[in-house]
Amino acid sequence: MTTFLFYLFAVLTVVAAAGVIAARSPIYSAMSLVGTFFSLAAIYALLLAHTIAVLQVLVYAGAIMVLFLFVIMLLSLGESVGPAKVTFPGVVGGIASAALFALLVVAMRPFAPVSAPAAAGFGTLRSIGAQLYTQWLAPFEAVSLLLLVAMVGAVVVAKSRV
Amino acid sequence: MDGITLQHYLFLAALLFSLGVFGVLVRRNALVVFMCVELMLNASNLTFLAFARDSGVDVGHLPALFVIAVAAAEAAIGLAIIIAVFRSRGTLNVDDIRTMRL
Repeated sequence: MTTFLFYLFAVLTVVAAAGVIAARSPIYSAMSLVGTFFSLAAIYALLLAHTIAVLQVLVYAGAIMVLFLFVIMLLSLGESVGPAKVTFPGVVGGIASAALFALLVVAMRPFAPVSAPAAAGFGTLRSIGAQLYTQWLAPFEAVSLLLLVAMVGAVVVAKSRV
Repeated sequence: MDGITLQHYLFLAALLFSLGVFGVLVRRNALVVFMCVELMLNASNLTFLAFARDSGVDVGHLPALFVIAVAAAEAAIGLAIIIAVFRSRGTLNVDDIRTMRL
């Protein structure tokens, strides 16, 4: 069952990710990106990362995608520029990313699966929260500061007149 | 993890990351380039979670949480910059925005 679900959502993820790149209009790219986020959330759930899966749907598929769609609507972008044709940068980009993929696969080969059983309370909100407010308190506070700065910065940058 | 091991998840993450890099290199629309960066961030998150599940300890979920938070901040700032650039240039084609290029 896990095997079937993994392959189902892995294929969905990759197809949707390819759709992001291949789509002509930014709207279709954004819709494919939503599909990628949802199937990735399912993969996260398969990895018993339930909390992160929920956050993925809430933050990524919810908040960030609404932001993207809002900007697309605001700028009223039409079809993308020109037809998708084979160009020199396209070929170089394809070769470079294929080489990167090969490199990553080779680099990840030595990691033999340990397949340790999940600890009690693995990936639950209780476990994540307990660690977040003890060992990870300093990064947590730093991120909250970062979000505040980003909020102020976004308003200042996007505003026509400050 | 019956049948599906750590290597399967790592392979998927590598594929997703390479697709993101390909999109960044090939697409000319700044918004789509931005979406491909999100793909790469998600690939790194998948790697964190796969290693966490394989080792049986969920410490790896915390970095994934922070990646999501930083991605939200990055999206807010990046999209604000895109709006500002579109307002002053009237285009989102990264080939036409070349003031700081040699």
